[in-house]
Amino acid sequence: MARRGAVPGTAIPRCAPDDACARDARRAGGRLRAVARAALVLLAACARPPAPPTLDFWALGTEGESVAPLVRDFERAHPGVRVRLQAVAFSAAHEKLLTAVVGDATPDVAQLGNTWIPEFAALRALEPLDPRLARSAVVHRADYFPGAWATNVVDGRTFGIPWYVDTRLVFYRSDLMARAGVARAPESWAEWTDAMRRLRRVQPAGGAPALLPLNEFEPPLIILSQSGAPLLRDHDTRGNFRDPRVRAAFAWYVGLFRDGLAPPVASTQVSNVAQEFGAGRYAMYVTGPWNVGEFRRWMPDTLPPARRPAGPRWATMAMPGPTGAASGTSLAGGSSLVLFRGPGHDDPARRALAWQFVEFLSTTAAQARFAQLSSDLPARADAWAPAGFGADPQLAPFLTQLRRLTPLPSVPEWESIATRVTHAVERAARGTMTVDAALAALDAEVDDILEKRRWLLARRAAAAAPTHLSAR
Amino acid sequence: MTARPAATGRAGWWFVAPALALLAVFFVLPVLAGLALSVTDFDLYAVADPGATRLVGLRNYARLFADPAFRTAVRNTLYFAAVGGPLTVAASLGAALLVNARLVRWKAFWRTVFFTPFVTTLVAVAIVWRYLYHPRYGLVNYALGAVGVPPVDWLGDPRWAMPAIILLAVWKNFGYNMLIFVAGLQAIPAELYEAAALDGAAPWQRFRHVTLPGLAPTTLFVVVVTMIGYFQLFAEPFAMTQGGPLESTTSVVLLLYAEGFRFWRMGNAAAIAFVLFALVVTLALLQRVVQRSARQRSAA
Amino acid sequence: MLLGAALLAGGAAAVFPMVWMVAASFMRTGEASTYPPHLLPRAPTLEHYRALFTRLDVGRYALNSLLVAALVTGLSLFVNAAAGYAFAKLRFRGRDRLFRLLGTALVVPTQVAMLPLFLLLKALHLVNTYAGVVVPAVASIFCIFLVRQYALSIPDDLLDAARVDGASEWRVFRSVVLPALRPALATMSIWTFLATWNDFLWPLIVLTDDRRSTLPVALAGLLGEHAQDAELMMAGSVLTVLPVLAVFLALQRYYLEGVTAGSVK
Repeated sequence: MARRGAVPGTAIPRCAPDDACARDARRAGGRLRAVARAALVLLAACARPPAPPTLDFWALGTEGESVAPLVRDFERAHPGVRVRLQAVAFSAAHEKLLTAVVGDATPDVAQLGNTWIPEFAALRALEPLDPRLARSAVVHRADYFPGAWATNVVDGRTFGIPWYVDTRLVFYRSDLMARAGVARAPESWAEWTDAMRRLRRVQPAGGAPALLPLNEFEPPLIILSQSGAPLLRDHDTRGNFRDPRVRAAFAWYVGLFRDGLAPPVASTQVSNVAQEFGAGRYAMYVTGPWNVGEFRRWMPDTLPPARRPAGPRWATMAMPGPTGAASGTSLAGGSSLVLFRGPGHDDPARRALAWQFVEFLSTTAAQARFAQLSSDLPARADAWAPAGFGADPQLAPFLTQLRRLTPLPSVPEWESIATRVTHAVERAARGTMTVDAALAALDAEVDDILEKRRWLLARRAAAAAPTHLSAR
Repeated sequence: MTARPAATGRAGWWFVAPALALLAVFFVLPVLAGLALSVTDFDLYAVADPGATRLVGLRNYARLFADPAFRTAVRNTLYFAAVGGPLTVAASLGAALLVNARLVRWKAFWRTVFFTPFVTTLVAVAIVWRYLYHPRYGLVNYALGAVGVPPVDWLGDPRWAMPAIILLAVWKNFGYNMLIFVAGLQAIPAELYEAAALDGAAPWQRFRHVTLPGLAPTTLFVVVVTMIGYFQLFAEPFAMTQGGPLESTTSVVLLLYAEGFRFWRMGNAAAIAFVLFALVVTLALLQRVVQRSARQRSAA
Repeated sequence: MLLGAALLAGGAAAVFPMVWMVAASFMRTGEASTYPPHLLPRAPTLEHYRALFTRLDVGRYALNSLLVAALVTGLSLFVNAAAGYAFAKLRFRGRDRLFRLLGTALVVPTQVAMLPLFLLLKALHLVNTYAGVVVPAVASIFCIFLVRQYALSIPDDLLDAARVDGASEWRVFRSVVLPALRPALATMSIWTFLATWNDFLWPLIVLTDDRRSTLPVALAGLLGEHAQDAELMMAGSVLTVLPVLAVFLALQRYYLEGVTAGSVK
């Protein structure tokens, strides 16, 4: 929900070149250039917003809509201050933010997917927050889920404050599970596969037990990191996908597609997941808390029994793991709040205000309120109870899962490596490559992506090593 | 030609100066800079620290040709241009013959109808077609079902995704070439048809021996221009498939966008841009050669 | 008879997607995803249009698009007309060589210039400004060719008569050439307006601030968030396509002339 203000630049500048140029062409040379320059300056000026005290805050996707009331609260608490909130579509957010960094057009405060933190830290676009944290009365590391906080730390410095967390686990049709004769939620891969096989018997034709969209990298990465092996090696400068433990996990995951337990589709091909889920065409879906609201809208089974319509039932469960519940880890997803630095962010008063805004959004009360507005899970464990999330049976498994997270490598190249992982899964799942060939190709691609990192680390090591030349 | 005052010599320069200055700064300079960029490894690290840029010679190009993702993108783009181009031109020619037929009334109206898709906003119609292609609820499959064809997962099946995009491109672009063909048809002298009719040629023979040869230069031009445009395929897959499924609709420009603006590997992206450039130039030269030899033949 | 049938079939295929787009935009949520598909809304509703204008701020994006397209059209009209006329009618050194050079430059795909152009705009501090979208699009080789083609047909005597009366070259251009070029300029403006309105890739890259997005970019952004709301997306598509269709249908005569003029080599 973008706010309506004076739209900058809607006044069409009267840069009519012919007024200025309506002179003898022979003497117009310098003038023409001046006009061109003036037109440029004018155009640029038309597009420049008015001066502070304003904060620019970019939030992504639905959070951009949900956070609006909190922004208004902050403005009420700080009269004269305006926070310009902008909702950036999540699908294009990554390149939009990068482009903004390169073009020196970043906001003061932004929501950043926590997996992007290393990248923006490498760009030196983020302010390290440790000095502010040391003085803060609101934000303390101990109040946050450790796995979620860790994603904000790069080389020992903290670049973001977790705003909300999410993690993926399994949404499933509990009524179909019961009908299929599965008594309790599966905890190991073996039990999980067995449950899927049974489910297939009670589903309508044309359905498949599990939906694991091929275009999303989180589900395969969850499974690969459950293997316990690191996904990168040599100081995160080479791929480690041919490690036997990773290979075993990959083979198991790909097997789900090959055995017809999961259809080889991308999420773009499923027009309405909740609707299809309600119709029983899928019975399990590895996804995150953002889908809870959507599923309730299509399958309202959380109403009190007296008013509950007859219809599909669903529940959530923590990720099964290779060897049982304890190994059923997932990934720390979610978003952080960051302060951008660089050109245009040199006013200390405005920066202090930006940090106040981050603190304002990080109090237990604000976290709880935001959770209710957005259905996002609070990053502070102490906000769960006031948000009313503690007693909710469909949300409780998330609390379990959030205490079982594995970190991913924190390298700037991670985004493109993750994309390559989906390609490898897709190739193996559709059978255009064997598991081993797909992993060998993946390792080769990842090594190639990380070549620059190897060189930079070598250069840094060379600079740190004393040479006899420098000792004159 | 009358004598001119010498002043026009300088005035001419002033008249072209604004356009040329703009083109020099915003087109020629970037193209040359792009060439320079393509032999460096300018990337995210270099944005923060220019010292982290290396001259890598032709390594970006070597890497590209070794990269299966790039080879796939080139293959997809060639497929799109080589199939989509001729299909579009064939549809255009058909439409032009229809609109230009002697018995047709409301010629202008039909011309407008056929041309309408061309002016629409590509992103918007790509979104519309996305829903038309929906495997379960889409009207395309519904229409096929009505004639007994089983449903096709248009955008989800790697075999069908590119044909689906080609169909959209043909639909969107045929009207433009149709107009050019209409102009070409009207330029064919009526005497030729009369002479052919006197010789007792049937309509089909008249088409083969008068219309087609008369349109040959136009056709060549149209095919080449269309294919050059099709090499720059981007918005359709961006809005419909994001390059999937299984990279079957990843085009060269889509890859360029991802490399350049999603991952900021600018050196790589610039190399991709120049490979695209080479493809386009090759095609344009090919057209020149064919046209020249045709001219010589007709002159001989 | 056969002709009529073929025309009808072709015409239906050409307009059908747009007809369905309009129909679906008035359907209630979920109605476009039913089997068998509906061709017409059961109970027409304006809710999606309301949502677009109130919740999703489509009005602002439309204004952005309009601003950018109008600016590019206005500026390019002047710049390209002057250049096209000079290439046709004024003699200056290196004219023909320059013109040939422009002809070869036509072949260069715009994407080649895209990345460095972005870095250049960064250096000029024009990223995320309307100027960053407008200025690079002003000079167009295609439009220069179009104007030149048309200007060649202006009789020299007309120009010389004005010069003999003591008019400066600038005056000749303004009071003799521009009026004579009117049809070509009309064609060019419509062309440029439609092309700018429909442009996607460049505004997507340059306008980082969502509040400055043009309509097609905003629509693609919506798709990322609301792909499941087919009817809402259709309403958004209608709003994006409607203005260009209106411009085209109102001024089609000029526009269609330009297409054929541009193709004559």
